[in-house]
Amino acid sequence: MKSLAELEAIRERALKEINLRDNTGKTRVVVGMATCGIAAGARPVMNAFVEELDKRNVQNVNVTMTGCIGACRLEPIAEVITSDGVKTTYVKLDPEKARKIVVEHLINGRPVEEYTINEAE
Amino acid sequence: MKDLSLHLMDIAQNSIAAGATVIKISLVSRDGFLIFRLSDNGCGMDKEILEKVTDPFTTTRTTREVGMGIPLFKLSAEMTGGSFEIKSHKGKGTTTEARFVADSIDRIPLGDIDETLKALILAKPEIDYEISFRSNKAQFELKTENVKKYLNGVSISNFEVINWIAEKIREGMNEVFGGVLNEISG
Repeated sequence: MKSLAELEAIRERALKEINLRDNTGKTRVVVGMATCGIAAGARPVMNAFVEELDKRNVQNVNVTMTGCIGACRLEPIAEVITSDGVKTTYVKLDPEKARKIVVEHLINGRPVEEYTINEAE
Repeated sequence: MKDLSLHLMDIAQNSIAAGATVIKISLVSRDGFLIFRLSDNGCGMDKEILEKVTDPFTTTRTTREVGMGIPLFKLSAEMTGGSFEIKSHKGKGTTTEARFVADSIDRIPLGDIDETLKALILAKPEIDYEISFRSNKAQFELKTENVKKYLNGVSISNFEVINWIAEKIREGMNEVFGGVLNEISG
């Protein structure tokens, strides 16, 4: 059983880490979560982004969701918006591609061209 | 939409768009029915929209004029011999209720309710989610508001916290619906 004692341990660990965090210049990952996105598998994609970011201890990225982006046939879609306002739109994602985007784009700063909307269109 | 957890994701998205600050989700097994209810304190809908909301050619999206979320959910409940209802009051909120005949071969499984809650809390941590499960065997309740109070200074979207909540929900589902619903052994 999950107990409050465990939650307390998590809380204490997290409090120690908070001071180390740098929240400036946040990059955003926005996953399309309308009916079209969800039916195409957006939920595991979003959770894969979060898991991989956590696994690699990346703190300056926010993962969030939005409604229909307008290209339902290309779902699941996610947009990566860096702090300088540059937007990259990734299409037809799956959890594996999401993990690769975390490593290549969000950590190493090189967009994964083959998954972008420009390649798909 | 292959399971209830995906419909939940979809319907909750409407509540978020309606500006809700509290989303209550309940799943109850009673008298041969599985009853899903989601209520929010969002902006609500007026009568005119409410009457059209199960029509696929009504939608809140601005990118096109077809909305399949609610019509698909309604169909999914009715296919089992169950029913579907939305109540809404402008300025107060909306309640969506889907009743499934639990043993119908057409009833979709619960799916990963915990994964949906994970995604919802991560995307909108400021919203308070209240989850409850009930059957003749047991009941379970989790309010993220209480978890937040307990965390006091640590974000609820902390990954370990999220996983703790997800695990807690999974345990609750197994305890309440194990051996009650076909898809969960008890």
